[in-house]
Amino acid sequence: MMAAALRGRLVTLAKGLSGARLQPLCARSLSVTSSQNVSESPPARADSTFKVTMVPGDGVGPELMTAVKEVFKAADVPVEFEEFHLSEVQNMASEEKLEEVLSSMKNNRVAIKGKIHTPMEYKGELASYEMRLRRKLDLFANVVHVNSLPGYSTRHNNLDLVIIREQTEGEYSSLEHESVSGVVECLKIITRDKSRRIAKFAFDYATKKGRSKVTAVHKANIMKLGDGLFLQSCAEVAELYPRIKYETIIIDNCCMQLVQNPYQFDVLVMPNLYGNIIDNLAAGLVGGAGVVPGESFSAEYAVFETGARHPFAQAVGRNIANPTAMLLSASNMLRHLNLEYHSNMVSEAVKKVIKQGKVRTRDLGGYSTTGDFVRAVVDNMRHRTV
Amino acid sequence: MVNSQRGKPTYTPPPAKYGGRHTVALIPGDGIGPELLNHVRELFRFSCVPVDFEVVHVNSSSTSEDDINNAIMAIRRNGVALKGNIETNHTMPPNHKSRNNLLRTSLDLFANMMHCQSLPGVQTRHKNIDIIIIRENTEGEYSSLEHESVPGVVESLKIITRNNSLRIADYAFKLAREKGRRRVTAVHKANIMKLADGLFLQCCKEVASGYPDIEFDSMIVDNTTMQLVSKPQQFDVMLMPNLYGNVVSNVCAGLVGGPGLVPGANYGRDYAVFETATRNTGKSIANRNIANPTAMLLASCLMLDHLKLHDYANMIRGAILTTMNETRLHTADIGGQGTTSEVVQSIMRIIQISITPPLWY
Repeated sequence: MMAAALRGRLVTLAKGLSGARLQPLCARSLSVTSSQNVSESPPARADSTFKVTMVPGDGVGPELMTAVKEVFKAADVPVEFEEFHLSEVQNMASEEKLEEVLSSMKNNRVAIKGKIHTPMEYKGELASYEMRLRRKLDLFANVVHVNSLPGYSTRHNNLDLVIIREQTEGEYSSLEHESVSGVVECLKIITRDKSRRIAKFAFDYATKKGRSKVTAVHKANIMKLGDGLFLQSCAEVAELYPRIKYETIIIDNCCMQLVQNPYQFDVLVMPNLYGNIIDNLAAGLVGGAGVVPGESFSAEYAVFETGARHPFAQAVGRNIANPTAMLLSASNMLRHLNLEYHSNMVSEAVKKVIKQGKVRTRDLGGYSTTGDFVRAVVDNMRHRTV
Repeated sequence: MVNSQRGKPTYTPPPAKYGGRHTVALIPGDGIGPELLNHVRELFRFSCVPVDFEVVHVNSSSTSEDDINNAIMAIRRNGVALKGNIETNHTMPPNHKSRNNLLRTSLDLFANMMHCQSLPGVQTRHKNIDIIIIRENTEGEYSSLEHESVPGVVESLKIITRNNSLRIADYAFKLAREKGRRRVTAVHKANIMKLADGLFLQCCKEVASGYPDIEFDSMIVDNTTMQLVSKPQQFDVMLMPNLYGNVVSNVCAGLVGGPGLVPGANYGRDYAVFETATRNTGKSIANRNIANPTAMLLASCLMLDHLKLHDYANMIRGAILTTMNETRLHTADIGGQGTTSEVVQSIMRIIQISITPPLWY
């Protein structure tokens, strides 16, 4: 009780100093050349916790979030989740709920979420809640880092690919109308500003991670003006990065090349719909929707989720979903919050379990349940609090 | 030059800020630059400042301009840079341009701003100095236009243009108004260089007429330097062309305690580059752990202010000033015996203490 009160007090005090950002000053080793030391030793004091918005979503989302919470508890990660159950299919979605999530995001700036499923029927609203959340937070860039898992062999091994997708416009602009009955016009919007923005994000990402090539994926032979503008913007931005090679490839050829020889690609950048397709394709190459983490960025906010977003409604309650993607995404979130030590702890434990091959969920060819997998991860973590 | 033409972008990109983290170009330079910038990086890591650095190395002894063009491109991409000084070797042939100068002119960083303030913990002969020096950064005597038309007779051109003079005067008055300053003094030698400095002075007077709330006066540079060493408290904001700015800024830095204490900022319309005010390479004290990190750390605080991360900037600045109050930690240039790493560790300790809330029993 006292501890809880103390913790609450400490959190509010730290917050009072200046917002959520200043909390991370838990403790760092005081050595001046400590770039190696920081992730080696556990923090001496973890008085300050980070607050992260959590939106479990639909389908297996809540189960995966439970897995994340269990792993975090075992790793003693100083993160506190603010949960919001926003869901369109379960009729738990409304404008007020969306506003609540947004204000929580404005405060915390970091979120972890599951997929908020969009019902297929047209209920009067063209933009889904997930789309609206993305637009309001201006999460323009979606990054999916496709990495082969060591120990799990697929048809293509040692894959290391980054897919960057523009997430706010393109075919997902939610602008459709039926001017003549039986004839529907669906508008795909491409703007110069947003194309430049995503191209700059892609090149900046490539520079930061030391990548050597950025390939723009398009269909400008057919959509001459739309995708043509996208290509032109990418080429303009490429001029600022003389050290990074810039190439273009048409989407059909790209898909074929991905299944024949995916090693020729390094960083791919593309508009919305192609991104959706290529994300899922690449996830399939390394093991499916259960193993690839993804993140979305805006200038201010970062949202962590799985790479291929499926609610997987058939698996609800059956305890068979693969939590790898969500756990790896949670590890990326910890790295974003500057908690390198905890991030490495979680990701190494997950990778170790997969490498050992004894505990595998159904999609990777094993028979274990989600619970078994989580327990194995917890057992494998370096410092275990009893 | 083919390289520099190829690099010209057709537009100014938006700032490199993703997920709340900024990316800033870092140019280590020579001498004490690399070690001081390493300390800056360590401090930022420790304080969890959301800034990532893109390190670009510039080799000062190579004759090709690829390195510096690469650095300029990196600054165009990120918009903001933190740099150490790149050494300019006098023994190289005259067509080898100063790298720092190339950087300033290519990015059109027309204003160099330096704020000289007496620090309470540092003993100096003059107290209560608070001068802002604004120096035109791209033309004047630094135009690199010299020729020897007749052997034994060299003509070195000092260029003063109306546009640049108006621009820098406008910047100076805007800054003075923003910071609530009362007076702007233009420093010149228009009695001798009647047309050049005369044009500069005339432009300053024109701009001054648009700011009636700010007093404007002018002073000849020789008188200025004499006044600076006898009664520096009379100056408020000083505005001058390139070479006088170099001289006056070094004098003022000396008045408040030396080159290790004062940060400087170079502003252009689209870019900003932060460094120490007096731009010393410090080759003789490099890698000996005796350089004063204050100037570079305060320059990084200026950068944080520019990126609108004011909380972090004030936190680090407060820690630096508290550390300055301890004479035990002063480095050799301000009369103490402390080492660079001791100063940085003390700053980190102060930040940790200031951010950890007190335990409630």
